[in-house]
Amino acid sequence: MMSDTGGASTDTANAPIAIQLTDIVKRFPGVIANDGVNLTVRKGSVHAIVGENGAGKSTLMKTLYGAHQPNEGTITVNGHDRVFSSPKDAIADGIGMVFQAFMLAVNLTVWENIVLGQEPGTKLSLNTNEARTRIRDLGERYGLDVDPDALISDLGVGDKQRVEILKVLYRGADILILDEPTAVLVPQEVDSLFESLRELTEQGATIVFISHKLDEVLKHADAITVIRQGKTVGEIPDPSTVTARDLAEMMVGSELPTPETRQSTVTDIAVLELTDVTVPNTEAGGRDAVRDVSFTVHRGEIVGIAGVEGNGQSELVRALVGLLPSTGHMVLDGDEIAALSTRERRDAGIGYISEDRQKDGLVLPFTLWENAALGHQHRPPFAKGPWMNVAGTKERTEKIVDEFDVRTPGINVPAFTLSGGNQQKLVVGREMTAEPKVLVAAHPTRGVDVGAQSVIWDILKDARAAGLGTVLVSADLEELIGLSDRLLVMLRGEIVAEVDPATVTPADLGSYMTGARTGAH
Amino acid sequence: MLERIWRASLAPLVAAAAAILISSIALLISGNNPINAFLEMWKTIDSTQSVVIIINTAVPLYVSGVAVAIGFKMNLFNIGSNGQYILAALIAGWAGAAVSLPPLLHVPFVFLVAMSVGGSWALIAAILNVTRNVNVVVSTIMLNYIGIGLTAFLLSEYFRDDANGGLVAQTKVMPKSAQLPALNPIFEFFGFNFAPGVQVLGFLPFAILLGVLYHILLNRSLFGYELKLSGMNADAALSAGVNPKKMVLITLFMSGAVAGMIGLPFLLADPTFLKYGDAFPFQLGFTGLGLALLGRNSPVGIAAAAIVWATIERATQRLGPLGIPPEIGKILQGSFLLAAVIAYEVVRRRNDAAAAEEAARATSVDQSPPPQAEPSPIGASS
Repeated sequence: MMSDTGGASTDTANAPIAIQLTDIVKRFPGVIANDGVNLTVRKGSVHAIVGENGAGKSTLMKTLYGAHQPNEGTITVNGHDRVFSSPKDAIADGIGMVFQAFMLAVNLTVWENIVLGQEPGTKLSLNTNEARTRIRDLGERYGLDVDPDALISDLGVGDKQRVEILKVLYRGADILILDEPTAVLVPQEVDSLFESLRELTEQGATIVFISHKLDEVLKHADAITVIRQGKTVGEIPDPSTVTARDLAEMMVGSELPTPETRQSTVTDIAVLELTDVTVPNTEAGGRDAVRDVSFTVHRGEIVGIAGVEGNGQSELVRALVGLLPSTGHMVLDGDEIAALSTRERRDAGIGYISEDRQKDGLVLPFTLWENAALGHQHRPPFAKGPWMNVAGTKERTEKIVDEFDVRTPGINVPAFTLSGGNQQKLVVGREMTAEPKVLVAAHPTRGVDVGAQSVIWDILKDARAAGLGTVLVSADLEELIGLSDRLLVMLRGEIVAEVDPATVTPADLGSYMTGARTGAH
Repeated sequence: MLERIWRASLAPLVAAAAAILISSIALLISGNNPINAFLEMWKTIDSTQSVVIIINTAVPLYVSGVAVAIGFKMNLFNIGSNGQYILAALIAGWAGAAVSLPPLLHVPFVFLVAMSVGGSWALIAAILNVTRNVNVVVSTIMLNYIGIGLTAFLLSEYFRDDANGGLVAQTKVMPKSAQLPALNPIFEFFGFNFAPGVQVLGFLPFAILLGVLYHILLNRSLFGYELKLSGMNADAALSAGVNPKKMVLITLFMSGAVAGMIGLPFLLADPTFLKYGDAFPFQLGFTGLGLALLGRNSPVGIAAAAIVWATIERATQRLGPLGIPPEIGKILQGSFLLAAVIAYEVVRRRNDAAAAEEAARATSVDQSPPPQAEPSPIGASS
């Protein structure tokens, strides 16, 4: 079995190579998700891929199991070059994917779910006994005990995950990719999952799993690949040679800019004060998404919020703009806004850059000028009483396009024709032109090119100098440390630390974010 | 301008050609000469009388198309316009005949009743949706049956005209003050001549007005913007401060209110009706769904689609006696609708791709390398 410290067996270090990815590049419109990724996975090993959210891990895994094709680069499986045009090709080569979100029919039994699409027997009759036997055999062989006749709806999370793994094994996979398999598990289940995975590798299977929980990676992986901003930045064949701190630094980039001394524009005029803001969990019994969060934003101040994705930042942002119900107090420039609707909050002076511009920051089929009115459509110059003011809207749009360097053939083209960076500049320009008192910005430069990124950073800095209070949520630690006047760290829905961006290192920040370090100041 | 018209009509023209081709094949299979059949169809519509009949048939179809188009714009599928207009026609017919008002008030009164009833019936589905999350498609479909059943019950028990001993299940005939006069004098002024009994029904101007109001509401009003926004991207609408529940309630009410008007051309203007009864057309709501699709939710498009529909109906009327199966009309209509939906999608994808390419070309010139190789948040500019 495995040892408790620094990786497991070292005998996989010289095993033959099961998967070799070389210089994988994958582009999406407006985004480069993978920009030269290399990955070497040895047969019979448990291989971890770590990286921040948005680093390109999931894109890479999709490439590997054939959900899409890379624009550049090669895939080699067991020594043969492969082009996967669909997941079917990948499974034919023994590569199977276990998704983070379970894809199970809850009102069917375990064996029905497993054989779905690969039913034994003839076209007209299903050989149920063979199905049950094969599943029992698989379960015994790999230590994945699940009753084939149990209903999925009766199973716990850990069992459901075992069914997902069995599904892939049933299809003959011996290379398993698991996308953040522990994200849904409680600690005890995590241990039993890794025991099962270890069992699998002893039977000759190869495991690739994605994670950003550094402690579990160090504990269970035989080898680690670190990805940052679409590139492979570290290949660690022996995890016992690195610490969590080393990994964190690799993940976020050790060459962080030293925050140069700059004019502080922070005033002592509070413009946004949160007191005990709690966002209840919608699912019964779950813990609160955000719990008793209190902080103050002053005029001319950028308050950064750091945290591993899924620790309540997103919910806090949505609660701030009134998209999620919350309790507690929010005072904007002296007025309580906690009871106001999204529209009333925008009218009161909250600007909003949402975390996913294509989801709710823009309407892609709308023209640029229609998008420029979004969120402000009921106010001049966009509206005149109950009517749209098309001329006024277009004039404003021209202004946004000019001032914020939105590169477009015109303002009458639909928003989907623009690159990601230009779409984002339109969003940022729209919110800034409305002259908010407080800007709530979630991942303002996610998925944009470096040119647009620096433009957006400049915009945020200029607005700060002009007295804007900003709440900045970002997964990009470089951005957070560089822009913020004050940094709060969120973990499990609570603010667990406040740090000074002028002195904090990304590694320290990383350990606060993962809960390895607590307390603060 | 010409370019725009050409672009807009290319897909329907291709669809029409495909529909004619498919119908011709059907005719050949059934042993008929397609050329002969289409010639006969052409002869049928080649008269002033036919044109008037086509227009009169098209008007309620067009209203029906506009009614569902309002919902479509918000991704709300109001499949219940049938029940809405039947119930509205009954109650408006009964109420209109029950009151006595001067003409200038009587017609608006009937409109008001019909629109309120149609709108309220649709509102049931809207309320179920916003409070209990009931799917609008399912609830509006089911409300059709309830509405039609309720109409039959109300007609036979309460709203039946007792004259003639109540033998015929129908409401009282509308008084003169609620009747819209035919438009023949206007057309005669421009030199048209009509055979006796041929009337351009007086509802036409209201239909045109409806189209204009629909266009203004959708493309010029704040409400229209928020409606389209909710339909195209519900998440973005939420973030933009639009209350989706309010939008569902208002939009479905409006859709139902317009649906309530589908029966009004018959109640107010058609001398063969002027009342609600068993002979009242009862399937116009479903036809409107296809017309809204065909007309791409634009009033002009829906009007064109309604005229095509009415033309095919008129053209195939005389085929039966000539030994050509008149069902060829249904095949024409169906294949036209199907082909048009496919053609629209093909054209849309092509246009989208062209627009994206154009934008990429236009911006690639100034896609200069970023100012610094590794921009940092603490740039030089601050």
